[in-house]
Amino acid sequence: MNQSRRYVNWLLLFIPVATFLFALFLGRYGIRVFDTVRVLLGLDGPTDVFRALILRVRLPRVLAAACVGANLAVVGASFQGLFRNPLVDSRILGVSSGAAFGAALALLLTSQGMLIQASAFAFAMVAIGLVMLVGMRFGSSTLVLVIGGILVGALFNSLLGLIKYVADPLSTLPAITYWLLGSLNATQWSDLPPLLSITGLGLSFFMLLRWRLNLLTVSDTEAMAMGIRVRLLRTILVSVGTLMVAASVALAGTIGWIGLVVPHVARAWVGPDHGRLIPASAALGATTLILLDTVARTVLPSEIPLGVLTGLIGVPAFFLLFLRFLRARGEAR
Amino acid sequence: MKLAATAVAFAYSPEQEVLRSVSLLLGSGQVMFILGANGTGKTTLLECLSGLRAILRGSVMLDSVEIHQLSPPIRARHIGLVPQLHEPVFEFTVEQAVLMGRAPHLGLFGRPGPADFRVVGEAIESVGIAHLSTRPYTKISGGERQLALIARGLAQGARCLLMDEPVAHLDPHHQHEVLSIVRRLADQGFSFAITSHLPNHALLYADWAMFLIDGMSELQGPPATTITEESLRIAYQMDFEIVEGQSGTRAVLPRMLNR
Repeated sequence: MNQSRRYVNWLLLFIPVATFLFALFLGRYGIRVFDTVRVLLGLDGPTDVFRALILRVRLPRVLAAACVGANLAVVGASFQGLFRNPLVDSRILGVSSGAAFGAALALLLTSQGMLIQASAFAFAMVAIGLVMLVGMRFGSSTLVLVIGGILVGALFNSLLGLIKYVADPLSTLPAITYWLLGSLNATQWSDLPPLLSITGLGLSFFMLLRWRLNLLTVSDTEAMAMGIRVRLLRTILVSVGTLMVAASVALAGTIGWIGLVVPHVARAWVGPDHGRLIPASAALGATTLILLDTVARTVLPSEIPLGVLTGLIGVPAFFLLFLRFLRARGEAR
Repeated sequence: MKLAATAVAFAYSPEQEVLRSVSLLLGSGQVMFILGANGTGKTTLLECLSGLRAILRGSVMLDSVEIHQLSPPIRARHIGLVPQLHEPVFEFTVEQAVLMGRAPHLGLFGRPGPADFRVVGEAIESVGIAHLSTRPYTKISGGERQLALIARGLAQGARCLLMDEPVAHLDPHHQHEVLSIVRRLADQGFSFAITSHLPNHALLYADWAMFLIDGMSELQGPPATTITEESLRIAYQMDFEIVEGQSGTRAVLPRMLNR
């Protein structure tokens, strides 16, 4: 038991790291593994073009994919736990809808990447702020938060519809559509500091609190009777999780399913104990998105939108998991 | 250790007081049954006794300390609450579920260590379900789950356990099993306050019985003297008869008129 546990832990570390390196040498321009390693180690040899390609183009993009994947999966896993609902993902609180509206609004007014990211982030915060206000007014039960999130999400979706309606159908509308489909195309180092810092802090926070997350999967009364300040803890976790989602979505667009499917796969692998589920989700989330993004940028001559890929792969994956779940309960053949 | 409530009143909304005046004393090693019709506030009373709800009037004292002055983790180390059974969402193992009870002993960022696992192991052992440790908590029977919840309370370190209808939905065998273990733990010094709809269980397993009627604690005392045809009529608004079995145990039956 203990030995297989250690084995799984090493695997959880090895898989994302290996995928990360693998993704760096895969791309439209063939670079040999050997040269990739030499560039990463700072050794002489490969041409400057290769060096620039790996360090300035691929590295930031793969790093972004790893962060976004880990964030969405960890937040998805924790939200499923703290809303006691295995069908929840990071979009449940309307954050992604807020970010989508923010990005669309910025695209309508400007074409500066940084501003788009900032606006998406800001409106994600506005969305969660509204949900929290509703929560504080009506007692922060999970039901109130979820309904608040659905309403705020619906509100921002309508506003997004309005922006699409008034956007120039030849230039702005395609830009908005493309952003909404999600992509890590054109990710540069200058885009990364907010994402990297929030990911670092957020993941550390969830790692530190990961065992305590278990306590939020039981009823509020039970958790309170075990000495947990449930509402406070839930509010803090939701806030930090929201920051991570907002930073991810602001950079990569609204990428669905990762936050729903990856935690289920992780749970099937290491069990529901968040002590192990959180690291497993982070590792698998990072791996999944690095892989999907590598597919997105290499398989066809032009980029495949990441949101489309996660859907195309996520939907069947979820369907299979769901069937397995039902079978285990004897509710499907 | 004793838990004492004096004239406790509680209301969810200002117009309607669920509890008007409840007084009780739960000493160590005691099993107290709280009886009363549906909707008289039994669950609410347990939540007030465990300090989860701010009471309107009165006091709840743990030995000489007002319970609301204790921080939640400290309170949880003394008083455990075993809620009514429900279907858990995630497939935690029995051991993982019982481990949650260690939360009040761990810091915010803490994770259970070997000492916690030892405490949990002993707790699981003492309710007799050691063989179920690694089974998913969702896949064991209701009675076993109830025992796991008791173990969780013990893992908390609580000497006083408040249980909300612990044997509802259990078959007679499991009812007896759960309550026998409760009785045995009480003999080791743990105290229990148990809400129930079964006066017979109070007669069989309790040291003390209390009726909660219209938010007031009434008619309390040793079960043999408290559970009478008259008190049952007041509590449940119908007629009962009390019969005596061959072994001297007494039982409550509804009085059937047309037989």
